[in-house]
Amino acid sequence: MSFWEYVAGRRAQLLADSYQHASAVFQCMVVATLIGVVIGVLTYRSEWAGNLAVTTTATLLTVPSLALLGLLVPLTGLGVAPTVTALVLYGLLPIVRNAVVGLRGVDPSLVDAAKGIGMSRAARLLRVELPLAWPPILTGIRVATQMLMGIAAVAAYASGPGLGNEIFRGVSSLGSANALNQVLAGTLGIIVLALLFDAAYVLIGRLTIPGGIRG
Amino acid sequence: MAEAAPHPPEDRARTSGATIRRSSGATVRRTSGATIQLENLTKRYPGNPAPAVDCVNMDIKAGELVVFVGPSGCGKTTTMKMINRLIEPTSGRIRIDGEDVTGIDPVRLRRKIGYAIQASGLFPHMTVAQNIALVPRMTGWSKRRIAERVEEMLDLVGLDPGEFQGRYPRQLSGGQQQRVGVARALAADPPVLLMDEPFGAVDPITRDHLQDELIRLQHELHKTIVFVTHDFDEAIKLGDRIAVLRERSHIAQFDTPEAILTNPADDFVSGFVGAGAALKRLNLTRVRDVGVVDFPTATIDDPLQTIIDRLRRGTTNEVLLLDRHHRPYKWLRRGDLMRAQGSLVRAGTLVHDTVTRDATLRDALEAVLIDNAGRVPVTGRRGRYEGVVDMQTLMNSVHELLEEDRLDAVEHQHLLEEQRAQQVLEEQEGTTDAPEELA
Repeated sequence: MSFWEYVAGRRAQLLADSYQHASAVFQCMVVATLIGVVIGVLTYRSEWAGNLAVTTTATLLTVPSLALLGLLVPLTGLGVAPTVTALVLYGLLPIVRNAVVGLRGVDPSLVDAAKGIGMSRAARLLRVELPLAWPPILTGIRVATQMLMGIAAVAAYASGPGLGNEIFRGVSSLGSANALNQVLAGTLGIIVLALLFDAAYVLIGRLTIPGGIRG
Repeated sequence: MAEAAPHPPEDRARTSGATIRRSSGATVRRTSGATIQLENLTKRYPGNPAPAVDCVNMDIKAGELVVFVGPSGCGKTTTMKMINRLIEPTSGRIRIDGEDVTGIDPVRLRRKIGYAIQASGLFPHMTVAQNIALVPRMTGWSKRRIAERVEEMLDLVGLDPGEFQGRYPRQLSGGQQQRVGVARALAADPPVLLMDEPFGAVDPITRDHLQDELIRLQHELHKTIVFVTHDFDEAIKLGDRIAVLRERSHIAQFDTPEAILTNPADDFVSGFVGAGAALKRLNLTRVRDVGVVDFPTATIDDPLQTIIDRLRRGTTNEVLLLDRHHRPYKWLRRGDLMRAQGSLVRAGTLVHDTVTRDATLRDALEAVLIDNAGRVPVTGRRGRYEGVVDMQTLMNSVHELLEEDRLDAVEHQHLLEEQRAQQVLEEQEGTTDAPEELA
C-alpha cells in the first residue's frame, strides 16, 4: 500500500487527529499567552523578578517532554489534563522571555513622556508599553507555537489527543505493513499544521502591529 | 545667523500668513498662564549626602517664559521635573496659581501641565492625530471636539492638518516631530508648559525656525513656560527671564536676558554668558524697536522724467526703486540712468537683501555689513517697502541700548542692595524667618 493510498483510506481519522492536534495547540497557546504576558507585565520592572521568571520558565523547558508527561500523569491522570498542562508550561518560556525583554526595551524617554502628559499606570501599560512590546511578544508566541506543534505529538504518550497517536501507533508496530506510513502521515501532518499556523501569525502581525512600528 | 539671513523674508511672510488664517477661525477661548512658586524645593537621592537640588526658591509670573540654563548635571532638569512631579521633591512646596500641588494626585496635576521633551517623545505606534489627541481623550472630550482640536493644534504649529494628521512620527522630519510634540503638549490647553531641551536634537537651521515659532506661539498664547536648555544663546533668544543655575540648582542669577548680559552677577555667570555679550545683546532687539529711516523712493511705473528730476533736485543722489508690488527692487544713483542710456531695466544695482521688522538687530547688522553702501531696506507684509536701516542708525541705537541697559542694571543693583540691607536688618531684629536666597 503506497503512502497516498494509506492517507486516502484513513482520511477521516487523519483529519480528526489533525483537527484535535491544532485545536489542542491553539487552546494551549491562548492560555500560555495570557499567563506569559501577565507574568511578563508583573515582573519586568524588577531586575530579579524578571530574571527569575525567565530562568524558571527556561528550566521547565529543559525537562524532557516525555519525562514531564510521565511526572504529570500520576498527578492529573491520563488524557487531556496532562497534555494541556505540559503544553502550557512549555509554551511559557518564549512568551515570558520576549514579554520581559520587549517591555524592558521600550524607550525610557517614551515612558517618561507618557508619565509627563498625565497617563496613569494602567494607561501607560495598555496604550504605550504593551503596543510597543507587541512585535517581540508576537514573535515569542510564534516560536512557542512551533515548539508546541512538535511537543503535542509526544502527548499521545499520555493518551492525549492529536497526530501523535498516529506516530506512536506506527512506532509501536514497526515492521508491519503500515508502520512507516503511519509515522510519515503523522509527521507530515504536523509540519503542514505548523506552516499553516505560521502563515496565520504573519497575517495576525499585519493586522495587529500598528503601521508606525511595523518593520 | 549667516545661514538664516537669506531665509527670513519669505519665511516670516509664510508664518504671518498662517497667523492670519488662524485668527479668522472661530476658536478664541484660551487658557493663559498661571503663576508657579517654588518654595525651598529640595531633592535628595538616597545614598548621596549632597542634595541634587538644594533649596530652590523661585517665583514665576503668569504668562512668563522662564529659561533654566546651566551646565549639564546642575539639576536644571530635576528642578523642572519636580514641577510636574515626575520627580517627587524630598522637601519644599510647589504652588501653581497659589494652589499647593505638592500633595495632589500627580496624574491629575500633569494633565494641567503640558510636557514637551527632547526628540519629541511622540509615540511611534500612534499617528500624529492620535498623539495630539491623547490628553484631550484622557480628560474626556467629545470625539468631535478632539478632532477639531487636533486640526487647530496642527495649524497652530504650522503643519497642514490634511497632510500630517494621518502620518506616523517616523514619516516626519525631526523638526516636524518637534512641532507635533509641542502641539501634543498644548492640546488640552494647559496653563503651564514644561519644555526639556525640546530643540536639542534638531539641526541648527531648524532649531532657529522652531525658536522663532515658539516666540510667535507665546505671543499668541501667553502660557507660563519653563524651558530647560544648556545653550545660553537659546536662553537669551527665548527667555523673558533666565535662571542661570550652578551645581545643585543654586540660582546664580535670575533676571532678564538684558540684565544678565550687561550685568552678570558673578564670574560663573559671566563665564556662562561667554564672549561677545554686546553682540548677543543685538539678538534681543528687533528692527521694529529702532528707528527706520525714510529713503527717497520711486516705482518703476513712475515716468522716467520724474525719477530723473528727483535725482537731479539735489537733496539725494540715490533713490530706491520699487517694483509694482511696492517691493524694493533696485538702488538707483545719479548717473546710473545716463550710463544705461535711459533704460530702467539695465540701470542701477539690484537689491539683494532685505530684512523684516521682526529681524533681530544682529541680522540687520549682518545685512548692513555685507551691503557695499551700508544700508538695507526694511520690508513689511508681502515684502512691501517700509524704510531703510543703515550703519549710522544701527550704531546710534546700539549705543542707546547699551547705555539704557547699564543704567537699568545699576538701578537694579541698588534695589537688590537695599533689599538685602533691609533683610539683614529684619534678621537682626528677628522679625522674619529669612527667605534663604534669591539673586
